[in-house]
Amino acid sequence: MNNLDIFSENDMARRSVDAVIKLSEKFKKDKGRLPVLMEVCGSHTMAFAKTGIKQRLSEHVKLIAGPGCPVCVTDQKSIDAMIQLSEIPDTIICTFGDMMRVPGSKYSLMKAKTEGKDIRVVYSPLESVKIAQNNPDKEVVFLGIGFETTIPVLALAVRDAENLELSNYTIWMTTKLVEPVLRSLLDSGEVMVDGLLLPGHVSVVLGKKSYDFLMNEYKVPSVITGFEPVQLLTGIYKSVDLLLHQKAEVINDYPHVVKNEGNLVARRLLEKYFKLNDEAWRGMSKIPNSGLVFKDRYARFDAKKKFNVHVKEPRKTKCRCGEIIKGSINPEECVLFNKGCTPTHPIGPCMVSTEGTCAAHYQYMREE
Amino acid sequence: MTQRISMAHGEGGELTHKLIKNVFVRNFNNKEQSRLDAAALPWYQNEIVMTTDSYVVDPLFFPGGNIGKLAVTGTVNDLAVSGAKPIAMTAGFIIEEGFELGDLREIAQSMAMEARLAGVQIIAGDTKVVEKGNADGVFINTTGVGQFHEQRLESEAIKEGDAIIVSGAIGEHGVAIMSAREDLGLMTGLQSDCASLNHLVEEVMNHVEGIRVMRDPTRGGLATTLVELCEDFKFSAELVESTIPVPMEVHGACDILGFDPLYLANEGKIVLVVDAAHEHTILEAIKKHPLGNGAQIIGRVTSCKESSGRLYLKTPIGTTRRLHRLPGMLLPRIC
Repeated sequence: MNNLDIFSENDMARRSVDAVIKLSEKFKKDKGRLPVLMEVCGSHTMAFAKTGIKQRLSEHVKLIAGPGCPVCVTDQKSIDAMIQLSEIPDTIICTFGDMMRVPGSKYSLMKAKTEGKDIRVVYSPLESVKIAQNNPDKEVVFLGIGFETTIPVLALAVRDAENLELSNYTIWMTTKLVEPVLRSLLDSGEVMVDGLLLPGHVSVVLGKKSYDFLMNEYKVPSVITGFEPVQLLTGIYKSVDLLLHQKAEVINDYPHVVKNEGNLVARRLLEKYFKLNDEAWRGMSKIPNSGLVFKDRYARFDAKKKFNVHVKEPRKTKCRCGEIIKGSINPEECVLFNKGCTPTHPIGPCMVSTEGTCAAHYQYMREE
Repeated sequence: MTQRISMAHGEGGELTHKLIKNVFVRNFNNKEQSRLDAAALPWYQNEIVMTTDSYVVDPLFFPGGNIGKLAVTGTVNDLAVSGAKPIAMTAGFIIEEGFELGDLREIAQSMAMEARLAGVQIIAGDTKVVEKGNADGVFINTTGVGQFHEQRLESEAIKEGDAIIVSGAIGEHGVAIMSAREDLGLMTGLQSDCASLNHLVEEVMNHVEGIRVMRDPTRGGLATTLVELCEDFKFSAELVESTIPVPMEVHGACDILGFDPLYLANEGKIVLVVDAAHEHTILEAIKKHPLGNGAQIIGRVTSCKESSGRLYLKTPIGTTRRLHRLPGMLLPRIC
């Protein structure tokens, strides 16, 4: 063995696993149960399943997925409205790829595309502005879903559209904010959570300081963490350590990218174009001030104001995505999981998104 | 609503598999022949093999190649990994009205050069022009004919302990195409691995024995290709994640876009199942060739003669999870 091998990332990961197990055993001994940590971020959920960390720690730490997948938390009625938008003649719908396969009450955007509707997958909202510029005779609507990570880029798209004086570009805003949903979850007491693993990407925009309420008001130990196996494991280790020492701190364990104040440029962009709004979350009804809409002076970019889209209240299905995003149940507890609901025939968004809990369990934790 | 073909049916994953199985194999009644990328012609003592493929890549020109080069290498590689020496091919073009003649000329020149390098003659062709909007620039179909090497593949002899080798870094073509297609500006310098592999295969097959079966992990990537091999040849295998060569640029792009390198397309790599007794000789032979110098043993056959073979992955933290086909299609995530 090369002397440096003991410091290799894989070796570090295995040592980190051992350290977490050792610490969680202490917790088990003290409390007679496993520590329960919620990963708020959908990318963390995916990474836990893909790296095998969730499987490896299953008897030592209970990791539950929270409401951090932007597609999954989108209300069914909003999805129906987006699909209905695609049926308006001379309209180009631009969307992130995740949304394509999410089923509405009748069908998905992917299905609408195969029926001939003009729906385009873009990697950035800025591309949709170019599409609007190149298609002046068409209305271009970008489906604006996402958390604080994505919303600043929506603001940049509006800025570009404004500079280009485009009158055929709008965004269908159904964005979500992390703090209100965390408050709502913790207030409801529906799910027992000992600690939180906070989203690395969102925290880049928000900054560590914005989580002070977790420490001051809810006394929940929390760790901001990255996405590599060692970072994920260190995040778990530090969370369990805080629990053992009964410290309700917020630790920034992703300090090379997350600053105390966050990204001020991004935050100023949000403040310039958007204002707070009550937002409906899948399975959680409306949460006050949990989303953003256009300020009045930018209302011309608001697709909800421009297009007269009315959808019926969706019919209830057996899909339990609402409970899954709250961490109330595991995907395997849903009667549809891997039976009626698979990535090629999804019933709910959690099976579709590359950050969805059901998709993570299906792709990385399924034996059959 | 009527069932229709979606883009996901063409991604090489679960839906492509079902489409081929339920529509084509069922109707054409060629289950046995469909196990390899090229089929033997029984009328010629099973010495002659044939394959066909269509190319609809977007963009037509990408770092490391273009649709013409791809149309030649793809068919050459399908013959090569079936254990055959490519002899000749045809090329059919569907061209969209308004397509620039200069671009078409460049594509044809690339095809000619790649065919020369591979030692294959392009002997027949077809040209159709369709109205603007009815095609995306140019589509190419190539059909290739080859002759089996004297040394045959030993697919029936697959046994526990056999090694799985990949000839080099994976995911480069997928990332290069995505980068060019979406103008992401992320991966400067990363090129498609698009290359003809017949000389590499020939070199290895002429000098060593013990090659059980080979495939080129194109659409659906390394994972889907190996899942198919496991199912088609009824063996289970375990890959060791830390031994799979994934370039840093590919890792980086996958992290940003939410993709898994194991499911990204490759156009210049082979994955082989080989007899453990010859694995080092085979690995060295592959490494000697410039297109195989990044070759690695990435896993082993764990059991064989199974009704349904399975593929597993040992992760760096020591857990094992099952790998499945690409479900649906690769779609970029939101954050």
